[in-house]
Amino acid sequence: MATIIIPTPLRKFTNQQNKVTVGGTTIKESIDELTLNFPDLKKNLIDEKGNLRSFVNIFVGDDDIRDLNEENTAVKAETVISIIPAIAGGSTDYENITFSKEEQARYNRHIIIPGFGLEAQKKLKAAKVLVVGSGGLGSPVLLYLAAAGVGNIGIVDFDVVDDSNLQRQVLFGVTEVGKSKVEAAKARIQSLNPHINDTTYNTQLTSKNALEIISQYDVVADGTDNFPTRYLVNDASVIAGKPNVYASIFQFEGQVSVFNYTNAKGETGPNYRDLYPTPPPPGLVPNCAEGGVLGVLPGIIGSLQANEVIKVITGVGETLSGRFFVFDALTFETRTLKISKQANTPVIKELIDYEQFCGVKAVEKKIKEISVDEFVQWQKSGEDIQVIDVREPAEYEQVNIGALLIPLATVAERAGEISRDKKVVVHCKLGGRSSKAIRELEEKFGFDNLYNLKGGITAVEQESDLLKAVNV
Amino acid sequence: MIKINSTIHRFLTDDALRTFPDECCGFLVGTETGEERVVEEIIVVNNAKDGDKRRRFEITPLDYLKAERAADEKNLLLLGVYHSHPNHPSVPSEHDRVVAQPYFSYVIVAVRENEFVSLQSWRLNDASQFEEEKVEGYLPESAESTPRPYPSSR
Ligand SMILES: [Zn+2]
Repeated sequence: MATIIIPTPLRKFTNQQNKVTVGGTTIKESIDELTLNFPDLKKNLIDEKGNLRSFVNIFVGDDDIRDLNEENTAVKAETVISIIPAIAGGSTDYENITFSKEEQARYNRHIIIPGFGLEAQKKLKAAKVLVVGSGGLGSPVLLYLAAAGVGNIGIVDFDVVDDSNLQRQVLFGVTEVGKSKVEAAKARIQSLNPHINDTTYNTQLTSKNALEIISQYDVVADGTDNFPTRYLVNDASVIAGKPNVYASIFQFEGQVSVFNYTNAKGETGPNYRDLYPTPPPPGLVPNCAEGGVLGVLPGIIGSLQANEVIKVITGVGETLSGRFFVFDALTFETRTLKISKQANTPVIKELIDYEQFCGVKAVEKKIKEISVDEFVQWQKSGEDIQVIDVREPAEYEQVNIGALLIPLATVAERAGEISRDKKVVVHCKLGGRSSKAIRELEEKFGFDNLYNLKGGITAVEQESDLLKAVNV
Repeated sequence: MIKINSTIHRFLTDDALRTFPDECCGFLVGTETGEERVVEEIIVVNNAKDGDKRRRFEITPLDYLKAERAADEKNLLLLGVYHSHPNHPSVPSEHDRVVAQPYFSYVIVAVRENEFVSLQSWRLNDASQFEEEKVEGYLPESAESTPRPYPSSR
């Protein structure tokens, strides 16, 4: 008679006995006798086909019967047979991920890459990535992550698609102008890959909602265009323990890095604050809307960002953690700088007021604008409007449209000369200075009747017909 | 209900933090009276997962056998299994569920780098679904280490 040791979880089926003696000359015979005496044990040990379940191990002494003679392993009187349940688990579910035929075909070019394979593709499908901003950088990031098969994508943006976005935000076309960016982005990536889930957040990311949103994701991809949101995304990622794949662009230059990434040894790399503990003084670094950006640049940099997201998820290759990549589109020069954790930076414990911290608003209030066409219509219709030119006197002498000259530096002191009871069109050379003048007048003096002439006097000059119409 | 005193709690947290970013794993050993379980000691076991230890753990059959023998020798019971979820909530994954055993308490310790987040215990019900098991007897050493729900939201 051999002895079978019953594992703790199954003792309720053997009247709490931890040992049972059985007959039989092989493992199969002994187990059969055991399940005959304790029928409730059977479904826990034997599957429908009569085979031992895969998560049950049978040991004879300290040896697995898989290494002996399987079920036909001989049993003697002194044999001690142990039934051992498999003990395993994990925190995520990528191993249980399966692919339909269509998905297999779609991802075939990934699956056949040596070192990537089905394992990495499963991790992509199980992954949850939050893309903050669906603009210039967000466009390629969302397109490539969706195409690659990232199974769960969150999109945060509060903005509406505008004509001026289409020069670089390739997610959108003319039919989306005026629609919310998250809805337009969702429709676009769903048509690209119907096998993935996406969640949209048609809101500004703030200190109130950032942790709640970010903690639902594995990886954050930061494609924001302003300092308050960049610090917010960084700090929230650090608090929530999520890697933050960062990119930013300005004029002809782009940057990429991976922040707050914990490597296989358990070491967490630097974050944005190790590089820039505090923001630059307000106004020193303009954003894209003020400084401009070459439209193809976010395509290049956003694609690199998507590549880093895929590496972070799959663990394939070496991420840019601890390194900071800079690309100059004009000279085609690239630099990869080493960055490290700074000992003296304070621990990030809670989110703060980032607009106050940076001294700027995350979202500038939109000012009213008119096109040259509309401006001409107003003039033709005989509407009484005041026109203000905020350029310098020398520029005014070269070319003007008969406007009242109030150079930008003097708008505050001469605000009294600006009408409050009719439409006032403000222009400069290209539209930048006039928008500053309008902001200043609105904030300091409460004007609500000011319109920025889009493209400035340059746009007027380019339309020779219109030039005549406005009698230049 | 499962009683985990502050010493046992510290052992569990220490193992999870030491093993970070990999998952730690081991056994809970103790006594059972009716519906009340008391953890007397833990047995730390090597995570034998061949592959992604950051999201997976596995205990070898031999380690199981040793743990059960040790419990039997001390006249104690193998009450369950603990493991950590680095950067994940202390909630069982589907992967945890499909391989889970009946009867056992599954204690999950959620940690971030250098920081304990939360601890919860789970047991399979008759429908093979996890139900949370109340954890008692843990006195936080300071307000700082009070378990808070993860993901934290404010
Ligand atoms: Zn788990």
